[in-house]
Amino acid sequence: MAKTHVSMTVNGKPVEQLVEPRTLLIHFLREQLNLTGPHIGCETTHCGACTVDFNGKSVKSCNVFAVQANGAEIRTIEGMANADGTLHALQEGFREMHGLQCGFCTPGMITRAYRLLQENPRPSEDEIRHGISGNLCRCTGYQNIVKAIQYAADKLNQTPNDRPLQEAAE
Amino acid sequence: MIPGSFAYHRPTSVKEAVAMLGDLGEDARAIAGGHSLIPMMKLRLATPAHLIDLGGLADLKGVREDGGDIVIGAMTTQHEVIGSELLAAKVPILREAALLIADPQVRYLGTLGGNVANGDPGNDMPAVMMCLGAQYQIAGKSGERRVAARDFYQGAYFTSLEPGEIVTAIRIKAPPAGHGWGYEKLKRKIGDYATAAAAVVLTVIGGKVASCSIGLTNVAETPLWAEEAAKILTGSSLDAATVKKAVAAAEAITHPATDARGPAAYRTKMAGVMVARALARAQARSQARAQ
Repeated sequence: MAKTHVSMTVNGKPVEQLVEPRTLLIHFLREQLNLTGPHIGCETTHCGACTVDFNGKSVKSCNVFAVQANGAEIRTIEGMANADGTLHALQEGFREMHGLQCGFCTPGMITRAYRLLQENPRPSEDEIRHGISGNLCRCTGYQNIVKAIQYAADKLNQTPNDRPLQEAAE
Repeated sequence: MIPGSFAYHRPTSVKEAVAMLGDLGEDARAIAGGHSLIPMMKLRLATPAHLIDLGGLADLKGVREDGGDIVIGAMTTQHEVIGSELLAAKVPILREAALLIADPQVRYLGTLGGNVANGDPGNDMPAVMMCLGAQYQIAGKSGERRVAARDFYQGAYFTSLEPGEIVTAIRIKAPPAGHGWGYEKLKRKIGDYATAAAAVVLTVIGGKVASCSIGLTNVAETPLWAEEAAKILTGSSLDAATVKKAVAAAEAITHPATDARGPAAYRTKMAGVMVARALARAQARSQARAQ
């Protein structure tokens, strides 16, 4: 089958490639762009390990064709760290709160949690659990994953104006 | 799992899309959110030679009011349904049902039009649309037509859509202000199709049910409209004896498959339980009006 030209922005960088229409976005990211952060877990849209941020949506990249991403803006775990090279609050949260065991689900968990916190900067525990309900952790480390996301939410919300009163008074 | 080869098309107007579907015939499939079709293509249960992506059709996006009707473009995603303040105010059962579909990632791409047009008895929105008395706007090469949701479903993956036709919008007459609603879905886990589910919309005037409609999901080859059950409830005060009779009438029209979700008899019973729960929830939410 003839290849199709696609161009998109991935982790802030413009990308131009030829793809077969049947190439799934996850295979395109991993094999053509060498971005192996998004993982292939189930390949059946259940596990969420392949989650990437796609035009401001969390998307399972095993269920989108690369041709459908023409013109899209995509962010993977490789594009999550801050511009100065320090860890994103979510990455730091997963490290500090022991939010990973084997680590296989972590890139999907973090990219999903990134969009969740964009839409809902102060989620309740229940909202976090529903928000990551499309991501499976085979180690069943959900308690600490939730804590890691809460850590990140707290850190991102920590502006001088909404620190605890006591601290502001000091 | 890699799908078979196909040619990819991305039309920019409904006219162009239906012309393509008409010209390419059985070798072509329209793709909306792709969350039913792409998994089928990976398993090679679907092997279209041409894929016609409806994602570029701006006309099929968005929610608007047209007179007393709410019109939802077929390419509106479940995520957008959940986020729509207009729908939350006028047809709140849609948000309740959409939140029970699959998981957040799937809802970002999965569309209302795909959900209602696919014909999979496991889809949740068809029974909701039957409950609401929705109409589907359909476009084909020979023009446009409307079909009632209650007449649309003919068998598993078999609907009134003719070859080359697509659903372009869903048109719903908003239920009266103060109506009660409930969508109750029993499922084994997040992301699962229903073991059984029930949609209820009702109005209460002077303590009596003035109108009632009930839809059932995944307990037959098609979604079901439980007309008799609703008739039994109309005029009642939703007393226990009448609810019991209505639940029995709803159970009587089910014929679920025995599968991993349980034996047929169990799924029929669960359909009844979902009806009773959805009725209770709808009653609690309805703002009872005096005569």
